[in-house]
Amino acid sequence: MLNIRQSKRNTGYNFAFLDENTKREIRRKTLKAVAIPGYQVPFASPELPIARGWGTGGLQVTMAIIGQEDILKVIDQGCDGGVNAVNIRNLITKTTGVKTTFDTKEATILQTRHRIPEEPMDENQIVVLQVPIPEPLRFVEASMAKAQEMHAEMDYSRMWVFLYEDIVKWGEITIGARYPSLVNHRYLIDPSPIPRWDVPKLNMANTLFLFGAGREKRIYAVPPHTRVEPMEFEDHRFRVEDFTGRACVRCGAIDTYMNEIYDERSGKKIHLCSDSSHCDKVREQKEGRLDVGE
Amino acid sequence: MGYVAVSGGSEAILNTEKLLAYFRLKGKSEPLGVDQIRDQLRLAVDKVMGEGSLYAPTIAALAIKQAEGDSIEASFILRAYRATQPRRYISLAVDTTKMRVIRRISGAFQEIPGGQILGPTRDYTQRLVDFSLLAEDRTQMEQVLRKAGVGTMPERLPDTFPKVVDLLRQEGVLTCLEASEKVCDITRQALTFPIERSAKLQSLARGETGAMMSLAYSCIRGYGDIHPYLGELRVGYVPLYIQRPGRLEPLYVGRILITEAEIIAQYGEGDKTKKPQLTLGYGLCFGHNELKAMSMGILDRSTRSTSPHKAPAEDEEFVLYHIDGIEASGFVYHWKLPHYVTFQSTLDRLRRSQQLKEEADNAQHQAE
Repeated sequence: MLNIRQSKRNTGYNFAFLDENTKREIRRKTLKAVAIPGYQVPFASPELPIARGWGTGGLQVTMAIIGQEDILKVIDQGCDGGVNAVNIRNLITKTTGVKTTFDTKEATILQTRHRIPEEPMDENQIVVLQVPIPEPLRFVEASMAKAQEMHAEMDYSRMWVFLYEDIVKWGEITIGARYPSLVNHRYLIDPSPIPRWDVPKLNMANTLFLFGAGREKRIYAVPPHTRVEPMEFEDHRFRVEDFTGRACVRCGAIDTYMNEIYDERSGKKIHLCSDSSHCDKVREQKEGRLDVGE
Repeated sequence: MGYVAVSGGSEAILNTEKLLAYFRLKGKSEPLGVDQIRDQLRLAVDKVMGEGSLYAPTIAALAIKQAEGDSIEASFILRAYRATQPRRYISLAVDTTKMRVIRRISGAFQEIPGGQILGPTRDYTQRLVDFSLLAEDRTQMEQVLRKAGVGTMPERLPDTFPKVVDLLRQEGVLTCLEASEKVCDITRQALTFPIERSAKLQSLARGETGAMMSLAYSCIRGYGDIHPYLGELRVGYVPLYIQRPGRLEPLYVGRILITEAEIIAQYGEGDKTKKPQLTLGYGLCFGHNELKAMSMGILDRSTRSTSPHKAPAEDEEFVLYHIDGIEASGFVYHWKLPHYVTFQSTLDRLRRSQQLKEEADNAQHQAE
């Protein structure tokens, strides 16, 4: 299931769909984003044959950086087989003919929506995240122009007050995913709608993380070995989702991010790993038929 | 246990494509000709060309056929196609006084030099269902075309018509707008604020008609402070020229049909040292789309408001970020995508809040 696949490239379009000038612009903006960790760089973001809000930012970044030698993995909600992941993978393979994989360890470029894989990744890999709303201050300031000023002045006071008021009102910070985090002690980012579970994976990682927001026309980055600190108070710490006492019904893991679902037959609530390829690996390992990986 | 991760996406997607084609054709009526759409649904084609931001009537008609008449979907197909096209030249600025008008009216003046020309409009028709169209045939069509009187030119048809707003400017009652120093290209640069006027007009010109109408309506109804008059509305063909390197004469590349609206609004506070003057809002779009051109004119003017308490339609950033049909529809639709992971995270927060409330209630209960 995790084996590398390759399909023939459709030659009707340029390699990776975008023309070379557009790719060059995206690469220039991406380099700027890497040079200023967490800073949102505006880019032209032309329309793609995939709808706005459906991963066009991540797609453009992937299309701009992908080469013939790359091995691509695309996931949505952690899963390789989801309809949107399939659709995006199809567009990239149709226009590049690159190899694809379900195995996190095998991929050189991993495009994802809403998850960072459970398995740690290394310095030869790039994670491209699809971003609906690049602006972490959108919670407190709707205007992009005003938010830009706040970033310039590193004025995050309204965000701190927002979190404080949340605690006063609800006893807890109510932000589930998209948890605002400070990059390199300077810029606040929206880490995209990954669960809080995945935010610590950004901190001092070996891997480069690129964030593409197509509709909002912004690119930003978390380079390797960069501090990423979720906003927290000394007396009210950042906490990830709690899965105490839960285990994946499929692989038995107790240390992964899980989705709760209702079993069709029994009507009972069960838990299932969100990272499908990791779940497969754990299961195969337990059954003693691990035939992929190192 | 037989649980598997959700998959099977590839097959499901292929089936949706088959079903779309099936639902489009299952009535078994004659397959719709693209030329028929282009000619007989001309206003739909014009709307799609405007919002798709590409003047290509046949491809727009094809997109309408492919999208089963969904104008936003058709505009999206056209816009995505546009993004793959090379950009070789930038046309010279179009002089709309050179327009070959098919329609030209003013709401502000009873008489205008050159006269009011109603042209093809439904403005003064009664909206009765025309049952005679149920069985329209080729003979009837030929008859209608013969009787329309098009082709019998008036004795002396002027080549150009003076613009109403130019007359007002000569008289000193209307502000002259400064020409943009730099012309932006919003397909090459993201919008940033404060915005260049050229970028703003480009955004409005490819906005979604319904969204623009709604915002313009809010402003003229009372959420805002604009009291517009229609200085002039023109529909007609304008020639396009490009300047090629090494050539002196501009090169004629064709003509396009456009709608232009000049909205005259009340005088603003502006420069206190000068005499008060009326102000102008400008609207221009591809094809025949009066609703869009007029809404654009109103929004161009309303977003220049200097009021400290801005209504939605007066807030430049608010208007320009929300009128693009392709962006707006994409993001509204994206909630159809799986959100299992984020919803799980939300549930985690909710349960924690519920638990805290319960603990607090218990503690209070015990204290009592």
